Amino acid sequence: MAADPIHQFQIDNLFPVGKLGGTEIYFTNSAAFMVLAVALTALLLLATGRNLVPGRMQSVAELSYEFVANTIRSTAGEEGLKFFPLVFSLFIFILISNMVGLIPYAFTVASHIIITAALALLVFLTVIIYGLWKHGLHWFNLFVPKGVPIYILPLIVFIEVLSFLSRPISHSVRLFANMLAGHITLKVFASFVTMLGGLGVIGWAGATLPLALTVALTALELLVAFLQAYVFAILTCIYINDALHPGH
Amino acid sequence: MSDARGNGDPGDRPADEAALSARLRHLGEQLDHERASRIPEQDSGARPTVDPSAMARGFRLSSELVAGVLVGAVLGWLLDRWLGISPWGMIVLVLLGFAAGVLNVMRAAGVTTYGEPDRRS
Repeated sequence: MAADPIHQFQIDNLFPVGKLGGTEIYFTNSAAFMVLAVALTALLLLATGRNLVPGRMQSVAELSYEFVANTIRSTAGEEGLKFFPLVFSLFIFILISNMVGLIPYAFTVASHIIITAALALLVFLTVIIYGLWKHGLHWFNLFVPKGVPIYILPLIVFIEVLSFLSRPISHSVRLFANMLAGHITLKVFASFVTMLGGLGVIGWAGATLPLALTVALTALELLVAFLQAYVFAILTCIYINDALHPGH
Repeated sequence: MSDARGNGDPGDRPADEAALSARLRHLGEQLDHERASRIPEQDSGARPTVDPSAMARGFRLSSELVAGVLVGAVLGWLLDRWLGISPWGMIVLVLLGFAAGVLNVMRAAGVTTYGEPDRRS
């Protein structure tokens, strides 16, 4: 009975993989679950057959493709589809690692902000680099809204830049905080069950309430796991849309 | 499938194939039509609001606001350190960061858009 609700986020070093500038690099439990998520994705996408009439798993794979493709099409347009590999990888990776994290004793990769921050910065830098490469300096028009009087323009531009810089923060914090808060809540309610269970018969009766809540919360977490992966993907699309079409 | 039928009755095969290709073309046209009818959606004003659940929506909006203020505060702090103009950088940039946060929230809520339509006017 591990009553410490934070314990589940502990990083354990499994084995060293090398040295980088005097720091030992370890293969951690977090890395293990990332590899597991990638392996499950590969299994889903590669090992489910290529039949004309899809089986169950193949149709899951095809549905996920269609789902992401439609998301991109509706937010970033047809041109956005060239970023399909990026968006699809992010979506599936977050979705599967969140789902795996819901299994008791599993580790939730997205519950560490460094992971989500790295993913958000990847998107952020993709937007900047692709925008500059595609549009050159015209891309900076993104920060200059049209039809604003000249005397407040500098202020507006500055606010737009700040708003742009705050994107990777809200992008990463949202996913991280949702996963962290959800798992802590689950753990706390689950530990109520064992605490009340120690009180005898009255405790057992009382323990049914947190037990029922734990079951309900697990269902909610399942929804959140999917929803956050979806939100992450759709925001990626919206940001990529800015790289494709800065305010002309 | 069509092989089995073709072997049994070789005379029918071209007709079968013609019918099949006609059906395929028809299907292709329908798909094109379907795709084309989707295109206007992406240009029509406000972005689709993202979150079906109210909690996720609330979370999204609050994190947008906090992120704006946070970026303003950090930039202000750095500016103060580098230029030695404490506390003015912090004061100005937190206020601007708050404005940026409000802008973020309005965009996230779909009140104003990410794209051009309302800026162009």
